Amino acid sequence: MAGEELDLNSLNDAELVTQMHDDLYDGLKAEIEEGVRILLGRSWTPYRVLTESLVEGMRIVGEDFRDGILFVPEVLMSANAMKGGMAILRPLLAETGAPKIGKMVIGTVKGDIHDIGKNLVCMMMEGAGFEVVDLGVNNGIEKYLDAIDKHAPDILGMSALLTTTMPYMKVVIDTLKEKGMRNDYLVLVGGAPLNESFAQAIGADAYCRDAAVAVETAKALMARRQGSAQAGLAQARAAGG
Amino acid sequence: MLAPEAGGLFEAPARAQAKAGTLVIACGALANELVAVIRLNGWRHIAVTCLPAILHNRPDRISEAVRGKIRANRDRYSRILCLYGDCGTGGRLDDMLAEEGIERIEGAHCYAFYAGLAEFEAMMEEEIGTFFLTDYLVRFFDRLVMEGLGLDRYPELHADYFGHYRRVVWLAQAPDAELEARARAAAAKLGLPLEKRVTGLDGLERFLATKTRGTRAGTQASFE
Repeated sequence: MAGEELDLNSLNDAELVTQMHDDLYDGLKAEIEEGVRILLGRSWTPYRVLTESLVEGMRIVGEDFRDGILFVPEVLMSANAMKGGMAILRPLLAETGAPKIGKMVIGTVKGDIHDIGKNLVCMMMEGAGFEVVDLGVNNGIEKYLDAIDKHAPDILGMSALLTTTMPYMKVVIDTLKEKGMRNDYLVLVGGAPLNESFAQAIGADAYCRDAAVAVETAKALMARRQGSAQAGLAQARAAGG
Repeated sequence: MLAPEAGGLFEAPARAQAKAGTLVIACGALANELVAVIRLNGWRHIAVTCLPAILHNRPDRISEAVRGKIRANRDRYSRILCLYGDCGTGGRLDDMLAEEGIERIEGAHCYAFYAGLAEFEAMMEEEIGTFFLTDYLVRFFDRLVMEGLGLDRYPELHADYFGHYRRVVWLAQAPDAELEARARAAAAKLGLPLEKRVTGLDGLERFLATKTRGTRAGTQASFE
């Protein structure tokens, strides 16, 4: 809003949400925080603020990133603006019992300190209704196993930026197999040097090329998994009955 | 000196009827050092063609760009070598090179083959949060790092990019006072301490000496 000061309070709800999409696109953190507070003040539920203003705004950002219109620095600015909004909403979402789709433990693998993509995934997954446990960077197998044990996630996410560190994902998956735990979790992997065939070769459930794809994939696989579980239950009931 | 967007060809103006010697397909970030090694050794049988260094911003395009160079030159040289690291292609470059039957220098990136694989691993073991510079990166630091990452426009992103880094190691190929001052300025912009390790050009020299043995006769290559 360079040049002129726009009073966000003067906008009606629909105008304000559209303005917030623009502000998110432009990475304006203070404006996003203000918009979130205004909508909450107008008795919007935290969940509605999250989905209609922030998540929808980031969807547009993600689309333009995929189409080569926006680049990494701009996406990071947008993400930081969303972070500002999330910081306000997070405690309120917890209080109001907003719907949770599932839980994800995620971390960058051992030997790798790169976390830009992983952090975007964390934020987008949280925005989509997943509970996210972020293990940070440079995670060896013990850290993944401890976190799985402690948090009982539905999804394990692993990220790597380096060609030299991405093979460690296979170490983690093989260990889960050895322990008979592999099928208890969906395993999603991502990172610049990865691709579908690598994910397949190491035994992951899916490769996610960006944060938006990670969310779509996680939702789809969770739905399929729940569908299978329900079908299994129905079969068991039928067999028992 | 090749700018990040530039490619280039350094080869013999008069080509022999028979296939010429060796062509090295290299990243533009290595052009200066590669040409220096070849000139110092008087290797007139080696020609060099470079792809723009800026391709590193789109590693998914490196493999096919190198393949294009291979196919355009296969009939003209008796041997082709690839002077790239994996460079974030996730093995796609190596898969393509295997299909084309072309050898690549060992190492995931140029830091590894400048420093030597064992030395590079030791440095990473010592400090995982190491940001590496080469002479090329020192020269083009502002364009490739500050502008490339958008830090000139959004300095507040510094922690997003460099929050986990603890030091800058300058792998120096041919250090001088001016480069040293630039390296110090680069490290200062990142807010990290600078360490200098002089690597020279041994890694490149060894690779070329070993792989071009036997292709030296009968060519007239020189640099334009």
